[in-house]
Order: sequence, then C-alpha cells, then structure tokens
Amino acid sequence: MGTLLDVENLWVRFPSRNGVFDAVRGVSFSLGRERLGIVGESGSGKSMTGRAILRLIRPPGIVEADQISLDGVDLMKLSEKNMRAVRGQKISMVMQDPKFSLNPVMTIGDQIIEAYRLHNSTTKAQAYKKSLEMLEAVSIRDTERVMRAYPHEMSGGMGQRIMIAMMLIPNPEILIADEPTSALDVSVQRQVLDIMDTLVKERGMGLIFISHDLNLVSDFCDRVLIMYAGRIVEVCDADKLHKAQHPYTRGLLNSLPRLDVPRDRLAVLQRDPEWSVAPSVSARL
Amino acid sequence: MALAEDNNKRRPSRAPFSERAWPAVATTLKTLGSIAVTLVGLLFITFIIGRVMPIDPVLAIVGERASQSTYDAVYEQLGLDKPLIVQFLYYLWDVIHLDFGTSLLNARPVSEDIARVFPATLELATLGIIIGVTLGVPLGVLAAVRKGSWIDQVARVVALVGYSMPIFWLGLMGLLIFYGILGWVGGPGRVGIFYVDVVPSVTGLILIDAALDGNWDVFKNAFSHIILPASLLGYFSLAYISRMTRSFMLEQLSAEYITTARVKGMSEWNVVWRHAFNNIRVQLITVIALSYATLLEGSVLTEIIFSWPGIGSYITTALLSADMNAVLGGTVVVGLVFILLNIFSDLLYKVFDPRAK
Repeated sequence: MGTLLDVENLWVRFPSRNGVFDAVRGVSFSLGRERLGIVGESGSGKSMTGRAILRLIRPPGIVEADQISLDGVDLMKLSEKNMRAVRGQKISMVMQDPKFSLNPVMTIGDQIIEAYRLHNSTTKAQAYKKSLEMLEAVSIRDTERVMRAYPHEMSGGMGQRIMIAMMLIPNPEILIADEPTSALDVSVQRQVLDIMDTLVKERGMGLIFISHDLNLVSDFCDRVLIMYAGRIVEVCDADKLHKAQHPYTRGLLNSLPRLDVPRDRLAVLQRDPEWSVAPSVSARL
Repeated sequence: MALAEDNNKRRPSRAPFSERAWPAVATTLKTLGSIAVTLVGLLFITFIIGRVMPIDPVLAIVGERASQSTYDAVYEQLGLDKPLIVQFLYYLWDVIHLDFGTSLLNARPVSEDIARVFPATLELATLGIIIGVTLGVPLGVLAAVRKGSWIDQVARVVALVGYSMPIFWLGLMGLLIFYGILGWVGGPGRVGIFYVDVVPSVTGLILIDAALDGNWDVFKNAFSHIILPASLLGYFSLAYISRMTRSFMLEQLSAEYITTARVKGMSEWNVVWRHAFNNIRVQLITVIALSYATLLEGSVLTEIIFSWPGIGSYITTALLSADMNAVLGGTVVVGLVFILLNIFSDLLYKVFDPRAK
C-alpha cells in the first residue's frame, strides 16, 4: 500500500486578542489507498485538519507543518498558483450540507462543467458529456434535466450526490469527506456513502472521512484516528475499534447506546485534563 | 375512460402554449394593476395635501385686490365649488391625459415645464449613478476581499466623508477649486451662454442631443458643465453603494459554496467575481435602484448651487410661490419614477435569481 499523503507535525493556529488558539496541535498521519476515518467531538480539530491539507485556512489562521507531502511534493512549499492545480485535481473535498456548498444562482450543469474544465482543457460539449456520465455514476436519473436545474430544486441526498460527482470529475487521488452525511436524512445516508465508497474503490483513491459518528466510521473505514483537543489520542484499525485502549475512545464507545446490550443508564464521558497535554500519537505508516 | 387514458398519456409532455403563457399574462396584468393602484393612491394623497394646505389658489391667481365677483368667477373656474371627490376625479381624468393644469407662475402647462426640467435631472442623475456604480461597486468588493487592509480603511474614510459632508459645502468647494482656480470644468448651468439652444432639442438630454446633431463643441461644453455636479452626486451614491456592496460581499465570501469553489482549484479572482458577486446582484440592484431614484427626485441643493434647471429646483420654486399645480405635477412624476424603478428592479431579480421565479 503506497503512501499517497504524508502529514508531519501539522499545526493550525488562530491568533486572537487573548493569545494564540491552537486548533490542531502537531498532528502526524499518512494516507494510503485506504479509507481513513477521523473522529472527534466538535472543536477537536478534525475539520481544520482536512482544510489545512488543502491550505484552505484563511488568514488570520496560520498553518504550520514539517511537511504535507503528496506524491513526494511538499504542499507547504507550493505557491498559491501551484496549490490551485492540486485542489480539485489531486485532492478534493465534499462538505457537510449541499444546501450551502452549492452555488444557489448557478445551474448544476455549469458548476460541474466548471469543476472539470478548470483542470482539463476540453470543449464545452465534451465537458457536458463527461458531466452527464459523472451524474449517472452517482445514480442520478434524468441527468439532462438535473444539469439544467438549480441547487434549490434538489433534495439533500441528490445535492450531496451532485457534490460528489462534481468533486470526483477531475479524477483526484484523494477525497476528503467532511461530515458528508450529517445533514442528510438517515434514509439516504447509507445510499450516499455506498456511492462514495464504490467510486473511491473503483478509482483506487485515498479517502479521509471526517465524522463524529463512531459507529459509521467503524463500519465504513479501514483505519480510524481519534482526535481530542487538536491532537490524535489513538489510532486503530476500524474492525478493532472495540479493543481501543485510550480512556477517551473507551468513554466515547461506552456513551453510545446499543441495541444488543441494553443498559439503563449510559456512561458519562469523564475527561482527564492529562489527555490534552499528552503528545499527539503519530498515525504515519 | 378513453378520455382519462388520453389525459394520462399527455401528462409527461409539455403543456400546450396557451396553458404555459397564461401565468405570464396573469403576472403582467397583476403588475400593471398594482402600478395603477399605487399611482391612483399617490395622486389621491398629493391631491388631498394640495387641497388642505392653507393656501388659497384663487388668491394666488387673482391677487389680494381683486373684486369679489372676479374671485368667485375664478373660484368656479377652478372647480373649487364642487365636492372634493368630484374635484379629484376631474384631476385624475386630466392627469390620465397628461394634463397637470397650468402653472400659476408662468401660465404655461405644467406638463411642458416638466418635459423641460425632468430631462435635465435625468441627465445629471444618470451620469451620477453611472459614476457611483462604476467606482462604488468595485471599491466595495475590493474592501470586502481585502478586509482590514489599507484599501478597506481608505474605502471606509471615503464613504464616511461622502456620508457626512454637506453637499452645499462640497459643491461650493468643487466650484471654487475646479472652476474658479483651476478652470478645468465649466461653471454653473447646463451649457455656456454661447451654446444655449444651439442644438435642436430632441431628447432634452443635451449630451445626447449634441451627439445626435454631431455638434461636438456643444457636447464638450455641456460635458464640462455636467461633470462636476454629476461627480458630486456620484460620490454620494458611491459612499452608500460601496458600503452596502462591502457588507453583501462579506456575507457571501464566508458562505460554504465559496469554499467549494476554492476546493475546485479556482482562482481567487473567479471565486470573487463569478461566484460571490453573482450572488449579491439582487441585493445590489435594490441599493442601486434606490440611489438612482433618490437622485432622480432632483437633488435640490446640488441643482441650486449649480443653477441646474432640474425638477428638484422646479418643485422647490413652485412650492415657495404656492404654485400647487406645478408641485402636484412634479410630485406625480417623481412618484412615477419610483414606481417604475421598483418594477424594473423586480424584473431584474427574476433574471438574476433562479429562486425568485
């Protein structure tokens, strides 16, 4: 399993009036052609990690890392212009809510064609054809009508499938999925995940799946990083999650209700201040 | 049964034209209806205000020393002996025929006066709003994109000065510097005295009339006269437009679809202009239409300082000499401009925002 992405000692800092706030603190991990889950509570720095890889943290936020290496190229050293060639073409990202992540005044067709043509110099007709194929690949029927439609005419599940189509059309190597199903109805969550999973596997891509849902991640991913207060506290294989050692992971697992082992009272997670000062666990392969 | 089957078969295809066209016709009728109702309401209010004002229109015509019989004759002639509602209906009938009555001041039809003064204001306001929009919108966008930078600070100060400086002071200073000392621009009035009535009046807009006539001397002279007051008005609308543009843009730039555009690998220029800017067009239209309408009312102070024969100074003069027909006529025209601009911006909404359909 070759390494696609290697992140070493990643920090995301936000200077504020009361000193510097560190959202991500010295995180190291690598990604092969696998599905890597990042789990944590709100504010644990998991989304920031995803965005920092794409260098999408806007000033005054600061990203620091010893390296973020993609195919041997350190993204930290790239100019903004070269970084734009990486975005979309090499690394893409699907965000939480298609209601907000699609431009409301552009047709879906224009938005998908735009994503393709930014990295492929083709005619509009070819891009249109390619977009129709991509929409079919995410199980959308009536593709020509959808191409002409606007985002507000789509349901949430459809919107997210469109988003996936749009992000995969330039054929990137890595997809970052930042809570891709949290805003969707439970009934369509599984469908969207399956479509994403199939496409990622078919294309031999690496997937970073960011979620707060432990069950989902353990089902869906190969490896899981558990983040707490900007650090990785534990790394484990997804199928061995129930054997996790760290008290935080154990606490999270214990606080989930289970159908097969009913309990009167769920455990409350007791946080140890020690956790947030302990050094980050490396998840590099 | 056969009929039901037939219906089912037809459903997937598009509805026949008559069915599709009907909503459009209905919308148009509705719009026209609302224009009519608004206009009648406006006329009614201006008419009533004109009648309840403690001004005796008869006295204004006949003078204080006229005999009682003369007074009564004029009183009847003006239709003041009839009930108010009947008077209003007469007035409405006249207005529909574009007859606003006769000006008491110069005994000419008010409609002729308005046809003369309104183009002057239209020309000034249009050039003013063009200046305001072409400078104000990019300034606002730039201030939002470079929030907190020196450009943002400069834009803030420029807008603050525009908001808070009285126009009579800025106007006089402008005249003093650019006309009096530097001599870069023409002075007060629409054209220099030698160019008055040189070109035939076709549209009433001197710049366009001169261009149509091919008389570029007049064009240059008229331009040198209009540029200073138009820049001043442009500056005032710039102040408002740039601040509003900035806040609209800030709101859009923090939206999630902007991140999407960046994730796609799009250049920052396209992120700003193709994605964010296209989303503020609707709000921007409202702001611009409002500014334009304000300018079209006639900026009284600007028109007075620059001796601009526009509708603002016309209405003011008429008001000061109790020339109610002229005041009412002018008010109706200003109201009509407001209504038309509103409808125009409503139409543009539907072009720019697919959700408004």
